[in-house]
Amino acid sequence: MSVCLAQARASLFRPFRQSTRSTISSRLFLLSPRLLSTLAVLEHKEGKVSPQSFPAVTAASKFGGPITVFLAGSGSEKAAEQAAKLNGVEKVIYTSNNAYDKGLPENFAPLLVENIKKGNFTHVVGAHSAFGKNILPRASALLDVQQISDCIEIKDENTFVRPIYAGNAIATVRSTDTIKIVTIRGTAFLPAEETSNTAAIEEAPVDPNAECTTVWISENLTRSERPDLGTAPKVVSGGRGLKDKENFDKLMPPLADALGAAIGASRAAVDAGFADNSLQVGQTGKVVAPQLYLAAGISGAIQHLAGMKDSKVIAAINKDPDAPIFQVADVGLVADLFQAVPELTEKLNAGRK
Amino acid sequence: MTSLRILVPIKRVIDYAVKPRVNATKTAVVTSGVKMSMNPFDELSIEESVRLRERNKGAVQDILAFSAGPTKAADTLRTAMAMGADRALLVELDENRPKERDLEPLTVAKLLREVVHKEGCNMVICGKQSIDDDSGQTGQMLAGLLGWGQATQAAKVEVQGDEVVVTKEVDGGEEVVRVKLPAVVTTDLRLNEPRYATLPGIMKAKKKPMEKKKLADFNVDFKKRLETLEVVEPPPRQGGGKVDSVDGLISRLKELGAI
Repeated sequence: MSVCLAQARASLFRPFRQSTRSTISSRLFLLSPRLLSTLAVLEHKEGKVSPQSFPAVTAASKFGGPITVFLAGSGSEKAAEQAAKLNGVEKVIYTSNNAYDKGLPENFAPLLVENIKKGNFTHVVGAHSAFGKNILPRASALLDVQQISDCIEIKDENTFVRPIYAGNAIATVRSTDTIKIVTIRGTAFLPAEETSNTAAIEEAPVDPNAECTTVWISENLTRSERPDLGTAPKVVSGGRGLKDKENFDKLMPPLADALGAAIGASRAAVDAGFADNSLQVGQTGKVVAPQLYLAAGISGAIQHLAGMKDSKVIAAINKDPDAPIFQVADVGLVADLFQAVPELTEKLNAGRK
Repeated sequence: MTSLRILVPIKRVIDYAVKPRVNATKTAVVTSGVKMSMNPFDELSIEESVRLRERNKGAVQDILAFSAGPTKAADTLRTAMAMGADRALLVELDENRPKERDLEPLTVAKLLREVVHKEGCNMVICGKQSIDDDSGQTGQMLAGLLGWGQATQAAKVEVQGDEVVVTKEVDGGEEVVRVKLPAVVTTDLRLNEPRYATLPGIMKAKKKPMEKKKLADFNVDFKKRLETLEVVEPPPRQGGGKVDSVDGLISRLKELGAI
C-alpha cells in the first residue's frame, strides 16, 4: 500500500525531481520510487536451517516487500531447499563456498554487503544470535548504516521497537538510513512455517572472496537431547540457591526431563561454575520467552529478569519470601528447593504415568 | 611478539544495580541524580589489558582509555587509570546539544577509528555491549571500518606473536579463533574478574595524563541516523501470589495451563 503511494507520488514529481536532483537530495529519498525488498540472512547447520532463523523470516515479512533469503557456506545449497518452503519467501540465494562455513565476519560481512548492494535490498534482517551479533554490525559499518539491534516489533518500514536498559525500557526508533539493517529477538516473532511454497533457488550473484586473516580453530558445543534453550516451550532454571554444581546436576536435569523442558541458569550459577555459560538466561545471556519458566533458587536480579520476564507463566521456588522473583512470578512457592524440587519432580513423573 | 598499543573504549552508564525509570515526557530514561558507573563490560576490557601486560612481560607498550561522554566521564576514566590504564582521552560532549547526546554506535566507531589512527593503536579491547543501549555493535563496526580482524564475546584472550587466540562465547558453547593483529576484541563476562582500584592506584591515577577534546576536533559525521520517537516502561508483570506446597504449585500450574 505505502509502496504504491510512494510510486504514485514519485511519478507525479518526476519532472520536478529531474530538474532539482542536486538540491533536494534528502527529499528525493522520500519520494524515491525504489521498491521495498528484504533480505533475510539465515544460519544453517548440517544442511538444515537453524531454529533461530525461522523468526527472522517472519520478521522480514512485516515489511511487506518480497523476501529473499540468504545462505552461505557448504551445505547451504541443501538448506536452501528447506528455506524455499518457508512461508513468504520469494527467492533463496546461496553461496556454497566453504570459506563461509564458520561465519567469520572478516569475509562473511563483505560477502553480505556485496549481495545487499547487488540486490538493491532496502531491508536486511537477521537473528540477534551470536552469528547475527558478530556479522551484521560489521556489514552495517561497511554500508555506513546504523543497525537496529534486538528488535521486538516492526511498526513499519522505518520504525522499530527495541528493549533498552535490560528490558526496563522500550524504545521506538525511526531509522533515516537508506538501508535498514535489523537484528531481531527470536522470541518476539513466531517461527516461519514450512509450506508447500517453492521459492526460486539461485546462486548468489556475487562472491567477493574477501581475504580473511582470522582462522577458526575449534569449537566446544554442549550437546543435549533436551530442547534448545532459546526456543523451548518450557524452561527450568537454577540459581545460586543450588549451592554447587553437584546439586545443580542432581536436581535440575530430572526436573527438566519430567517437564520436557530445557535447562537454564542464572548468572550467579554460571559464574560459580554450577552450569555452562551457554545456559545463562539474562541480559547478557539468552533471552527466553517460554510457556513456562520455572526458577529454582533464583533471586530475580534485573539482569536475569531481562532474559525471562516475557515468559507466559513464571513459577518460582525460593526460600526467601522477599526475593524479587516473587514480584513477577505467577505462582511462587516459599520452600527449601532441596526438598521442593525432588518432590515436584517425583509428583510430575507420577502424574504422567 | 608484537608490541601492543591497546585502546580501551569506556562508557559511563547508569549503575547496573539501579532500576532505570522513564522520564515524564516518555523521551528517555532519567539519568540526573542517578548513580552512574563504568559499563561492566568495559571494566573487563581494562582488566584484560592490564592482565595482558602482567602476563606478557614487555609486550604491552601503552593502554589508552577512551571515553566520549559528559564532563563527568572523566571520573570513569580516572577509575580506568586507577585499574592500570596508562593515560586517558576524553571527548567531552555537550549534553545540552541533542546531536551530542547518546552518540550512536556507528558514530562512536568512527571516532574510535580516528583515535586508532592518530595514536597508532594495534589492538582495541572493548565491551561486548553497553548495559544502557544494549546494542552490541561498536566493536564489530570499528573492526569493519578499520578492516581489522575481530573476536567478539571473548572468554579467554592469549597473545601469541603477532596473533591473538580468543575463546569466544557462542550460542550453545565456545569457539576458538586465531586473529591476526591488529584486531578488535570484545569482552564477555567470564573473561576475568576486574580488580578493585586500590588507594595507591587511585592516587597514582590522579597524576596520569588525561587529554580532553571536543567532537569538533574529529573529522567525523555526527548526524544521528535513528530518531527516538518514544521510550516507555514495559507493561508491569503482576506477581500471582504464593502457594504453600508442591501440590499447590502443581495444581496452580495446571490451572494456568502451563503443564
